Amino acid sequence: MSHTTSGQPPRQATLRSPLGRVRGMGSAKSGAHHWWMQRVTSIALLPLTIWFILSLATSAGMTHAEVLLWIGQPFNVVLLLALIGLTFHHTASGLQVIIEDYTNQEWLKIGLVLAVKGICWLLGIAAALAVLRIAV
Amino acid sequence: MSTMQDSREATMIGRRSDGTLVRRPLSPHLQVYDMLQMTSALSISHRITGVIWTAGAVVMVWWLVAAAAGPSAFDAVQWFLGSFLGILFLMGVTAAAWFHTLAGIRHLAWDAGWGYDIPTVYKTGRAVLIGTAVLTALTWLMLLISW
Repeated sequence: MSHTTSGQPPRQATLRSPLGRVRGMGSAKSGAHHWWMQRVTSIALLPLTIWFILSLATSAGMTHAEVLLWIGQPFNVVLLLALIGLTFHHTASGLQVIIEDYTNQEWLKIGLVLAVKGICWLLGIAAALAVLRIAV
Repeated sequence: MSTMQDSREATMIGRRSDGTLVRRPLSPHLQVYDMLQMTSALSISHRITGVIWTAGAVVMVWWLVAAAAGPSAFDAVQWFLGSFLGILFLMGVTAAAWFHTLAGIRHLAWDAGWGYDIPTVYKTGRAVLIGTAVLTALTWLMLLISW
């Protein structure tokens, strides 16, 4: 495929069609969606995590009853559910990139990514159920 | 391409979308990079702190589920978080969370095209480290006052 002509950079014919190049979706057909969602969730998580960390840090001595009251307030329920969903979306996509970068075997890569996604879904659902059980 | 002088060159050759070959810089790589530079050290720390924060998220789920399950389950998680290991764990997660947050803001600024020149990269890198120390200390000061 490649050939060198003196004085010119080597050229290689591309198999990508001009239309495919313009669409910019790549071989996975999703373009920059994964990269973009990592940024979107990170921006949403900025105020949410700061709110959560400060809420816990300023009420460390809460009893079980006080914790149930705090979680059950509608304002806190909404923010907690948003925090849980976004946290595990962001965690799953971040761990996926790390696995894809450092795993060489394809079966191991796919297995680990699927395991991480499954665990993140289950943890997110469990946390959301706990918040809803306390609130409703 | 001309004869390779260095076997690492093979990993540097990429292809532009029109098919021409191009030499690209390597991303930080253990055998090639000096990992003690602030740039690469903070880069890998961003990943490591992300993984540590994941452990913190798992404990958050435990805390919420235990609160919903009842007083005895909640006492168990509170006992762990108040133990020596639990406090050590929480301190580590707090520091990792602040680092990942501040380094994440730095990444968002880079994504917007700001702060790529070397002096700014080192300045923001130092700001992330100092900010992590200050905010972690402030968080624990608040926690100790409210305890």
